[in-house]
Amino acid sequence: MATPIIQAKDVWKEYGDNVVLERINLSVMEGEFVSIVGASGCGKSTFLNLLLGNESVSRGQLLLNGDILPNEPGPERGIVFQKYSVFPHLSAVQNVMLSDVFAQSPFVSRLFGKEKQQAYTQAMAMLDKVGLSHAAHKYPAELSGGMQQRLAIAQALMKKPKILLLDEPFGALDPGIRKDMHKLVHQLWQEHKLTIFMITHDLSEGFSLGNRLWVFDKHRHDAQHPERFGAQVTYDIPIAKDIQNLSFTEDMKPVIDASVA
Amino acid sequence: MTRLINKKPSRITRLLLGLLPFIVLIVLYMMASQARLVDNPNDKLLPAMSSFVDAINRMAFEPSRRSGEYLMLADTLASLSRLAMGVGISALIALIVGVANGMVPFVRAPLSPLVTALSLVPPMAILPILFIVFGLGELSKVMLIIIGICPIMIRDLQLRTDALPPEQILKAQTLGASSWQTIIAIVVPQILPKLIEAVRLTLGSAWLFLIAAEAIAATEGLGYRIFLIRRYLAMDVILPYVLWISLLAFVMDWLLRKLSQHAFTWYHTAQGDA
Ligand SMILES: Nc1ncnc2c1ncn2[C@@H]1O[C@H](COP(=O)(O)OP(=O)(O)OP(=O)(O)O)[C@@H](O)[C@H]1O
Ligand SMILES: [Mg+2]
Repeated sequence: MATPIIQAKDVWKEYGDNVVLERINLSVMEGEFVSIVGASGCGKSTFLNLLLGNESVSRGQLLLNGDILPNEPGPERGIVFQKYSVFPHLSAVQNVMLSDVFAQSPFVSRLFGKEKQQAYTQAMAMLDKVGLSHAAHKYPAELSGGMQQRLAIAQALMKKPKILLLDEPFGALDPGIRKDMHKLVHQLWQEHKLTIFMITHDLSEGFSLGNRLWVFDKHRHDAQHPERFGAQVTYDIPIAKDIQNLSFTEDMKPVIDASVA
Repeated sequence: MTRLINKKPSRITRLLLGLLPFIVLIVLYMMASQARLVDNPNDKLLPAMSSFVDAINRMAFEPSRRSGEYLMLADTLASLSRLAMGVGISALIALIVGVANGMVPFVRAPLSPLVTALSLVPPMAILPILFIVFGLGELSKVMLIIIGICPIMIRDLQLRTDALPPEQILKAQTLGASSWQTIIAIVVPQILPKLIEAVRLTLGSAWLFLIAAEAIAATEGLGYRIFLIRRYLAMDVILPYVLWISLLAFVMDWLLRKLSQHAFTWYHTAQGDA
């Protein structure tokens, strides 16, 4: 059997007395697209931070390709946050060139001549893919929210990450633009054979985009000590793009709505 | 009726309104000076405009009888070079230490308490120590400026570095950046416009320390001259010197602002003041 790209074995995450996540057991194969929903504050971002390596597990094991996940961010795991994902002091194309700059210029972080030209050409191709080639020389402050998020995705993809982590990347965008972004992410997912974890507050987004939906929720509540029990993945729903499953998911919707609300 | 808080003067009105207080001050001065000079033609406290013209002519446009130098020029160059050295060295130290403190916990642990302690020492209180240790030459004056402004600049830049969104630092690492690359490509370029702001804000203190040091031990310099001729109650020289210092400070501030707007367009676009 192939090794899962991500595997959680009895993972707990606690901040002091606050149990945020408990007994998480999961495995995700390469190429899966997992949408994550759950009530605000239940630990979705915390889980993503564990995958990023920004936070470490309190108990249990988190494995990346069968090995303990490194305790700092690395190039095989790209990320797009809700905001602050692009660098305000660099133009759009410079933002996208950044991973090449880091790879080729360890000391001055600057490319010259042929190398620069090559990185520029590749960055422009990527910008074209996300529909930003017309804004290549603008600074992020001059871009709309949707354009900034597209730029952030383009920038992350240049490093060719195996895993892409998305923490409510479209939360701040209006519905029309969000639809376009869904199309883009779906297309990039298939083109680049990515494994995607995407947090969303929008249930239909979760259903329509991925092939798997996780619902984070506390299975036990203690009214006196709300911090005593952590959240788990209470539903792990496979989503196939065919009719039967769609009706299945339609049945599930009220149940999930209840736990997310 | 439009509310007062929503009424805005036109460009020309704003200019005239801006000039008005200065004109009022000058007129008031001239009236007071006139009144005193009528009483006592030898009065030194509020000299007439003509005495200022004479004094400026003497100091700025005629070589000194003793040394053959143009005194005001020599004083200005001496003061400005001390100021530039003090502020320049402070800015460089502040950039390096501030960013290192903000980014590297193993630098911050030993350095941050030291910087805080140093910033609490009143610089003027250790001026005698500087004179004893570094002598009465240029070094002790530059040192006073550095000790006076550097700790504040370091703390400011450290806070600015801390205030960078952690998302950016994480993102850089996922793009393959090393610690050094994160600092040199992500942090420093975003801190540079803040450094210029820090310099603009501390320039006033830098002048204060410069003039204090020059007043005590120097052979030339704007501060030295003012305190030297104070003995002769030469208001006709002191006042133009004070105005000249203020003008220099104003021009420096203006130049720094223009430099920042020119060099960091992205920053001023984001701030909405380009
Ligand atoms: N660094 C931290 N230190 C202490 N507690 C933390 C820390 N980070 C998160 N928490 C706690 O962990 C819990 C989960 O937070 P998290 O940000 O993961 O929620 P979330 O599911 O992403 O919520 P939202 O949907 O609002 O983004 C919260 O109770 C929060 O207070
Ligand atoms: Mg969150």
